Order: sequence, then structure tokens, then C-alpha cells
Amino acid sequence: MNKVIKYVVIDILRSKIVLAYTFILFIISFSVFSLEDNTAKGLLSLLNLVLFIVPLVSIIFSTIYVYNSSEFIELLLSQPLRRKQIWLSLFYGLSASLSLAFLIGAGVPLLIYEPTVTGLIMAIVGSLLSVIFVAIALLAAVSSRDKAKGIGVSILLWLYFALIFDGLILFLLFQFSDYPLEKPMMVISGFNPIDLSRIVILLRLDVSALMGYTGAVFKDFFGTNVGFVTALSVLVLWVIVPLKLSLAKFKRKDL
Amino acid sequence: MCLRIILISFFLILFFHQGSNATQINVGKQFSIHSIQKAIHQSSNGDTIIVNSGIYFEHNLIVDKSIKMIGINYPVLDGEHKYEVVSIKSSFVTFSGFKIQHSGYGTLIDPAGIKIYDAHKVTISDNIIDDTFFGIYTQNGKNCVIKNNQLRSYGKQEQEIGNGIHCWKCDSMQIIGNTVSGHRDGIYFEFVTNSIIWRNISTDNIRYGLHFMFSNKDSYITNLFRNNGAGVAVMFTTGVKMFNNTFEENWGDAAFGLLLKEISDSYIINNKFRKNTVGIYMEGASRCEMQKNIFESNGWAIKIQASCMDVTVTKNNFFGNTFDVGTNGTLVLNSFNSNYWDKYEGYDINEDNIGDVPYRPISMFSVIIEQNPPAMILFRSIMVSLLDKTEKIIPTLTPENLKDETPLMKSLSL
Amino acid sequence: MIIAKNISKHFGKLVALDSINITCNAGECIALIGPNGSEKTTFIKSILGLVVPDSGDILFNNKTISKNWMYRSQIGYMPQIGRYPDNMTIGQLIKMMKDIRRENKNNIDEELLYSFQLDKMLDKRMRTLSGGTRQKVSALFAFLFNAEVLILDEPTAGLDPLAAEILREKIIKEKQKGKLVLITSHVLSELDDIVTQIIYIQDGKLIFHKDIEVLRTETGEQKLSKAIANVMAKTLINE
Repeated sequence: MNKVIKYVVIDILRSKIVLAYTFILFIISFSVFSLEDNTAKGLLSLLNLVLFIVPLVSIIFSTIYVYNSSEFIELLLSQPLRRKQIWLSLFYGLSASLSLAFLIGAGVPLLIYEPTVTGLIMAIVGSLLSVIFVAIALLAAVSSRDKAKGIGVSILLWLYFALIFDGLILFLLFQFSDYPLEKPMMVISGFNPIDLSRIVILLRLDVSALMGYTGAVFKDFFGTNVGFVTALSVLVLWVIVPLKLSLAKFKRKDL
Repeated sequence: MCLRIILISFFLILFFHQGSNATQINVGKQFSIHSIQKAIHQSSNGDTIIVNSGIYFEHNLIVDKSIKMIGINYPVLDGEHKYEVVSIKSSFVTFSGFKIQHSGYGTLIDPAGIKIYDAHKVTISDNIIDDTFFGIYTQNGKNCVIKNNQLRSYGKQEQEIGNGIHCWKCDSMQIIGNTVSGHRDGIYFEFVTNSIIWRNISTDNIRYGLHFMFSNKDSYITNLFRNNGAGVAVMFTTGVKMFNNTFEENWGDAAFGLLLKEISDSYIINNKFRKNTVGIYMEGASRCEMQKNIFESNGWAIKIQASCMDVTVTKNNFFGNTFDVGTNGTLVLNSFNSNYWDKYEGYDINEDNIGDVPYRPISMFSVIIEQNPPAMILFRSIMVSLLDKTEKIIPTLTPENLKDETPLMKSLSL
Repeated sequence: MIIAKNISKHFGKLVALDSINITCNAGECIALIGPNGSEKTTFIKSILGLVVPDSGDILFNNKTISKNWMYRSQIGYMPQIGRYPDNMTIGQLIKMMKDIRRENKNNIDEELLYSFQLDKMLDKRMRTLSGGTRQKVSALFAFLFNAEVLILDEPTAGLDPLAAEILREKIIKEKQKGKLVLITSHVLSELDDIVTQIIYIQDGKLIFHKDIEVLRTETGEQKLSKAIANVMAKTLINE
């Protein structure tokens, strides 16, 4: 399997987009930390970067890459290779490149300025988000033959996770404001990897006190080791489920 | 004028009268008297007792004469975790230079390091008070001075520890230059009037740095309150003057820099609020003036409940607060004018340093979470920042008249 | 060598392949012809496993190809439009293909590399190549591993006459080694002297599969294109 991953990674690195992405992340992260007078603020600005830019770049780049590689995939498919192997190689290649880009671009400044558990968790969550959105992109790309449609679906999915989902939560909260919603919210947040990541990181920062009772309920769970491991497992599920679905679709796909 | 002359002559007479008969009694290993209590028995009003260094187990030392007690090199009075260490039951007592430790514990009788019972003109100064239940406790005191004492205790839970400097039913007290930490409340005032709290440092107490109830016409000036469980609480009081204090690092659920509850006719001027979850929380406050304060890096700079009225917030600096102002209703009977807000994005065409469009210090999200606290899980999500931006352009949810009509373009130099 | 048993494929409402039964044996050179849009390519892709038939089965050396991939090591495939990762050079691509088909390592046929003079442009990136050069690269890959079966989809389209001739020579050479060659092409005249069998597909249906000699005697035409035209006219009349 390694031989195909190698060529996917080489191909991605040659396209320079990932290099530019790394570079931009690096510039932003460093300027965020050196402009803000304290690192806590820098962390918060970086949080927005992680929650906004990382999923967007991951999902769009991966979708476009899969469409642009359709001939390459076809070439590989006519070779004595398993479909699963080709698809997983694409996934591994994309996730390795994008999470590496994040770790170098944002992870390194993060660990230089904030060499704590919080910084580490943020680096882990950021790379996990990269991988999650690669998996989602693969699912979007395999579902449609049309490139424009596929990219459109990707953007919509990103909008949904970054924005629309939170809108729905707000709507639910107001519809059922008579009920104690803290605990159900904990479950619901698991249905959006961006929300889950945001909450896990926010609870590590001192702003968590602003979150009041809601924050306290969340902290009681996610603050413990069991809760943290659960949250990470849910994030890993967000990689596995879309990947498995896309793989099943790809196995039956006609090229 | 006439009255003053009479008063001065009265005190002079008193002084000379006492001075003429005053004797000095030394207590210590190298002297014939080893027991302080014994020295007090032998003394009479106006005498001075000098206590030399050493450790003294006096059980409950009772000072019932108008005497001066001076410790040399901090002689230790140890209460063996059983007794109230010093009880002052006479007026005109000076008690200074001792180290007092290990008072008894108990919530029924409230044992203290030093307790003043129904006395006036008592001065407690330059003592070190370590590991006591209450620190310095005054009941029914008048014109007492508590000055330059260091109080330290090691309470872990609210119920298991008393207050540092505790005054109950007092008048004209002076609390100056003390350092208090590790108690339940650093400084506690209940039914205390016409008093001053000046240059104290109250940190790391379990509940409040300063707790203030039913205490009218008091001032507190240039104190530092840092990292107390819930900050400073001022409640059910009128005519309080709070000048030049620093409230910082009161961070946590239900922690405030300053909690104002049922306060009226008060002045909050030149204070600094830094890194508090809520800088000032106001409930039922009326006719209060807040001027020239600095609010920096707080979660909420000010939370002002709809039950407040005629609170004026003018010429303050707001820097780097997550939320500038929070409120729970749409009714606004308070005014915010001529403040500097670092989040202000308006312009100033005529360059008079006053922004040409009003600033709305309440963000949409802060209104949402006030109505629906669980919505806090959307804190710092992209949707929330978008909502806030939209609300700034077209206000719909935020109170229409809560705005600063004359926001400053540059921060005030305070 | 390749047996298609009753294979059918639908794309939505379109019937792409309709119960096709074909047997292809080693040593033959089979031309797969039919009008545009007659799903020749779909049939080829089914053999390669790129398209999964709805029903029916394809046997390669008497083994089903479904859920199997190793059989593709015995196929050299030249696609109709060969497009490759833009940023790779020809040299890197050749290296990659050799790497992927490591099992064929000891059996490399680089003749076309030199006859197409691709060896002089190993450092050129794929995106800079003309369509013709890409076709040459595709052809090179089809023959590179000396596979038992060659599947060539419109091999001469886009090639200049000289290159087309080189490729034709190469096909003849390989056929003589006893390989099975499957070619789709619409330029019939070029195939005249290579082809031994004709498969004619129209609208996803197999119209006929005949030896070229049989076809020639049936129609009385010597030229392949004429013979085909004759047959096509007949089928039209029958309809």
C-alpha cells in the first residue's frame, strides 16, 4: 500500500497549494502570538483559525484533489491494485499532507508559545479536524461524478458544520428553553466535530469560567480523563464513519 | 472652635493625668514576671506592658484595663487551638507588635486572634496573626484603629474558617494597611458606619475579599483585592465611596470583581478591574456614579441587571473585555456616556475625539445567553461572531437605548 | 482467455450493456467496433473492473474477476484519453508504474520508449505534453510489462502517422508472440492487416463476433471497412 501513498503525497506536495497553506498558517500563527500581549488571547485567535480555516481548506482541497486525480485513479485502477488500497492511499496521502501542514504551520508556533497540555491538545484536535474533513471530502467527492456539484456539496457540508448546525442548536435551545438542556447538548455537540473540538479546547482555556453553569456541566464531563478520551474517540469516529461510507461507495463506483 | 479648645484641653489633662502615674512593666524570661496575664493584674490604667520575645501560653488573655501592650521582637501568644487568644474588654487599649497564633475553632462562640468587646479608642497595630479562626474581631467598637497587621489563615472551606478583620455594629473605624489572606472574608463589615478602609491588601480568601452589609457612609480607598473566591461584595448599603481600589483575578464561576446589591447613592471612582469573570455585577443599585475606572480583560466588564436605575457610567476605559456590558432585560434606566470602548468601530469626522455614531456595548450573544444560559455552548463559534456583527449593523435584540452616544476615540489617561 | 457471460449494465435508464456473451482466446487480435456511443469503452472497462456489471460474470483465465485484482497484472491497458498526474515527469511516472507492478519486474519491455523517443524527454512534466505525446506514454505503459492481454482503446487516435505506424508494427509483433489483443478503433483501414476477429457492438448489444475470413467470404469484400459497411447496411435493413 505504501507505494501508492508515496506517490499521492509526492503529487500533493508538488502542487504547492499545501506548501502555501503551511506557510500561511505559519505566518498567521506567529503573528497572532507576537501581536497579542498574552498567549491566552493568542490561543483564542488560533482557535478561530483551527475551527474556521482548517476544515474549509481540508474539505475543499481534498475534494478538488480527488476530482483532479480521477484520471490518475483510473490509471491505478487498471493496474493490479485493490480498489480499497487505492482509496485508502488517497485518504492517507491527503490526511498526512494536510495534518502535517497544520502541525508545521500552526502546531510548531503553538508548542513554542504555549508548551502546555492545552497547546498539545489544540495541535492534536487541529490535525484531527484536518483528517475528519478529508474523510468528509472523500465522501462528497465519491457521491457525485460532476466536479462542480461535488465541490458545491463540500462547501455546503462545511457551511453546515461551521455555521448552520450551530444555528439549529440555537433554535432548539429557544424552542425547548423550559427544559434542562445541558446534558442533551453534550450529546448533540458530538454530532458536529467542529463544535466538539471547540468545546474541548475552550474548557482548557481560562475563559471556560465565562461559560457558567453550562460550562460547569461540560467541564464535569469533558474535563475528566474519561470525558476527554470519549471526546477524542467521537472525533476519531468522525474519521472512520465517512471514510467507511466513501470506501463502500468507491468499491461500487463505475469509472 | 470653642468646643474644639475644650476637647483639646480635656485630652491634654487626661494625658498628663495618666502620664504622671504611668509605670512600665516588663514581661519575659529574664524578668521576674513570666506571665502577661499576671502583669495585667498588677497594672493599672495608663501603664505600659512590654512583652519580650518568647512563646507564651496564656490560654485566654484578657485585657480589661486601659493599658498599652507592646511586644518586642514579636513575642508569640499561642492559643493552642483551644482558646480565644486575646480579648480586649476595655477602651483606650493599644496592642502592638505581637505574633498571635493557633486560636480555638468553633462557630458558636466565634473565637478570634484578637477580639474587641464593646470598647472605643482601641488601637491594634503591627501584629502578625497566624492560623486563627477569626483574625481581629470588633463588636460594638468605636473609633478603633486596626493598622498594619498581617493576618494569615489556612481555611479550606467556608464553614471551617472565620473572617480576617471582622467588624460588627461599629462606628468610625479605621482599617489601614493590613494584609489579609486565607480567611473566609478578608474584611467583613456589618452595621458599621462612618468608617474608612484604606491601603489594605486582601488576597486569596475563600469567599469575599471585602464583605460589606448594612454599613452606610463608609469609604474604602486604595485597597487591593485579588484572587478571592468571589471578589468583593457590597450589599444593602447607602453612601459608599470606593476610590482607587484594584479588583483583580477573581476568576471562576460566580466570581465577581465587585458585587453591588441594593446599593444607593454611592461613588465608584478611579478603580481598576482586571481579569475578573465579571468586573462589576449590579443588582438593585440606584443613584450610583461610576467614573474613571479601568475595566481590562474581564469576561464581562459590567453586568447590570434591569433592577438598577440612575446608574451613570462615564469616562471609563474598557479594554479587552470579552463582553463589555451584559443585562437581563430591555428596560434601561441607566446611562453610559463618554467612555472609551476598545471594540468601538465608529469614526470621527470632525476630529473632536468623540465618535460620530453611538456605541452599543451589549452584544447580541450576551443578550441571548442572558435569556438562555445553555446557549453558552455556542461561545466563540463562527455563527455567534457573525450574529454579533450583524446585530451591530441592524440592532434587533439588544436594548435600543443602551448605548454610549459620545464614545471616545482615544482612551482616557487614568 | 476472457469469457464474458451474459453481462448487463445500466446507467440510470440507459442500457449500456445488454446480456453480452463473448469469448476471446489467446493469439487473436480482436477489433471491437461499433458506431459512436455504442458502449465499446464500457465493455472494455468492464473487463478491467473499472465498471462493475449489474449482472453476469467475466472470467479471466477461467476465474471470475469480481473481487479479484491480481488478474490485472496480466493486462496492458491503453486508455482512450490518457491523463496523468500533472506534476509528475515521464521518468517519475515510469518509475512509479514499475514500482506498482513490481511483480512484473523481470519482464520489462521498453522498446516503445526508444522507438517513440520518449527517453529523450524523461524530465518533462505531464502537463506540458501534447495530446499525441500523452498517447505515446499510454502506449508505452500498455506494452511495458509484456502482459498477456493488451487492451487498446482507440490506440492511433491523436498519433502522427509515423508514430501510428510504429505502434501498428508493435501490435503485430506482440500478436505474433501469441498474445490476446483487443482494439477499439473507428479508423478501420488501419486495422486491415492486423485483425483476426471482429466484434461488433451497437447500442450495448452484441451484433456479431466473427472471424475476419468468415466475414470476408460472407460479404465478398476484401477490404475490412467495406465488409463492415456491408454488414451495417444489412442490419439496418433488418431493422
